[in-house]
Amino acid sequence: MHKLYTWVFEPGFFSNAPVHVAALIGGVVAVVSAVVGVFTVIRGQSFGGHALGDVSAAGGSGALLIGLNPLLGFVGLGIAGGGVMDMIGVRRVRGRDLATGIVLGAAIGLSALFLYLDSTAGATTGATQQILFGSIFTIPSATIPFVAIFSVISLASITAGWRPLLLSTVSTDIAAARGVPVRLVGLLYMLALAVSVGLSSLAVGAILSTALLIGPAAAALRLTRRVGWALAVAGLIGVGATWLGILLAYDSYYWGSGHQGLPVSFFIVAVIFTTYLLSGLPPRASRRGAAPPGLTRQRGAALPGARSEERGTSDEGRGKAAR
Amino acid sequence: MFASFMMNTWIVATIVAPVAGVVGFFVVLRGSAFPAHAIPKGAFAGAAGASLLGISTLVGLAVFSLLGALGIGSLGRRGRHDVTTALTLVMMLALGAAFLSRTTEYEPAIYSLLFGEVLGVSTTQILPVAALGVVCVAAVTMLYRPLMLSSVVPEIAEAKGVRSHRMEICFLIVVALATTMTVPVVGALLIFSLMIGPPAAARSFTDRPGLAMLLSVVIAVVTVWAAIAGSYLYNWPVGFFVGVLGAFSYGIGRAWAAWRRTRITPAAPPQLRPATGRG
Repeated sequence: MHKLYTWVFEPGFFSNAPVHVAALIGGVVAVVSAVVGVFTVIRGQSFGGHALGDVSAAGGSGALLIGLNPLLGFVGLGIAGGGVMDMIGVRRVRGRDLATGIVLGAAIGLSALFLYLDSTAGATTGATQQILFGSIFTIPSATIPFVAIFSVISLASITAGWRPLLLSTVSTDIAAARGVPVRLVGLLYMLALAVSVGLSSLAVGAILSTALLIGPAAAALRLTRRVGWALAVAGLIGVGATWLGILLAYDSYYWGSGHQGLPVSFFIVAVIFTTYLLSGLPPRASRRGAAPPGLTRQRGAALPGARSEERGTSDEGRGKAAR
Repeated sequence: MFASFMMNTWIVATIVAPVAGVVGFFVVLRGSAFPAHAIPKGAFAGAAGASLLGISTLVGLAVFSLLGALGIGSLGRRGRHDVTTALTLVMMLALGAAFLSRTTEYEPAIYSLLFGEVLGVSTTQILPVAALGVVCVAAVTMLYRPLMLSSVVPEIAEAKGVRSHRMEICFLIVVALATTMTVPVVGALLIFSLMIGPPAAARSFTDRPGLAMLLSVVIAVVTVWAAIAGSYLYNWPVGFFVGVLGAFSYGIGRAWAAWRRTRITPAAPPQLRPATGRG
């Protein structure tokens, strides 16, 4: 029994300080990302969620250049990018993709410049890799309070706008008819997304930021159609995948003889990806026999995401968007 | 600026830009901006893997960009497109992170794969780039009609027997080929800027598909030329100029479209515009 225990948890796992910090921050980021992610997936804004990570990374490298706190750069440019995307993005799904792409393209250009200037200024080494991949094991403990504050802001704004956000997410038309300021709600949601993505890409790197935002939420929405349940399931998957990934990365140091661990982001993403693939197995079988797609909509909990998943396409209004 | 060591750069850039303009036209038309970002960025991991195994970077890029295209295409059948694209991308990047942790590849090499190394193109790189470029353009020409049909009116395309899912896979493979040839030169991230900015601008200027494609090629070529010239003069990375000029040309396109709309026809009252649906 003891042997099995030490085989699963290699010596020192529970007394290792970086592991504590990583598990704590990773857990907080996973929960916030999962909550924001459920709305992101239902709204079909995965691209925006990913792009904001790159946009805020450009802010981070810019902040390094002028000697500002990187956190301000990350969150600041993230919010600016989200605002611009929302401003130029027409409300159609496809127009929004284009707007996201344009902002992302410009941000990548800026990032190229900032990283180049960073490296010639000699301010940083490994900035490119750090900003792209990040590492949950190298989080400076000074970051913890900021992560906590911004997590609370992000979660609070989602909770405060819960009803209108949910309504305008599930059906823009119904929300508009009921007098919900759909545009404003969309903008506020975008800002909450920008804050949480900026934060998570600083804390855990751009890859994990997207993985934690989209993966758990998408898996949860395949398992349940109730938004409340989806939030809980997504949070559990996110935290579980993060902790399992940290454990595997810690253990991987002892695998083989090379004593060369694999990066933690690799394990966390692998766990999330596997979970997503597995989540597709059970409900499809049961859904086949359920009511036809047209009818499921009338049940309060049916989501547009779930509907288009059945059809196998997400690009609604294709014909409409094309001129 | 036109010294002999710059000639390869001008040649390769002039090959890459039209291909990006043509492929990018369909990227914008189909609303595939996310796959067009994900495939090159994920293919970057292939380059890292190739350096780990000691094989040619081009092979690694080709394998990973094709894997990415097939992953996005086949998973997208069951799940939502944007979600599966995001997850395929992070999975490929995670593999890239694992590869990088095992190699001794150092910082500038990573930077140049991401943001391009236009100014260091060797003569041996020209031939594969040109060959793949020809293949890409030929593929788009062959697929032109069904691709256009399934991009603009998918329902009619289905009725005419064009399998939209098969078309999607074909198109993603074309994007993957374009990626393979361009990543070593303009970098994984900038090919995206080049495939989005110029075609989006071109579509704002004209509604006619043929003309828009031509315009998109012209804008892409001008963008790349200006970017190289700017990079040569100011010693700033090419990527910066490509990214910013791409967004800038789109801005001009949007301004032009808005100006033309107010000049020719009074804007339709809001309630007459087609319903925007969800989102």
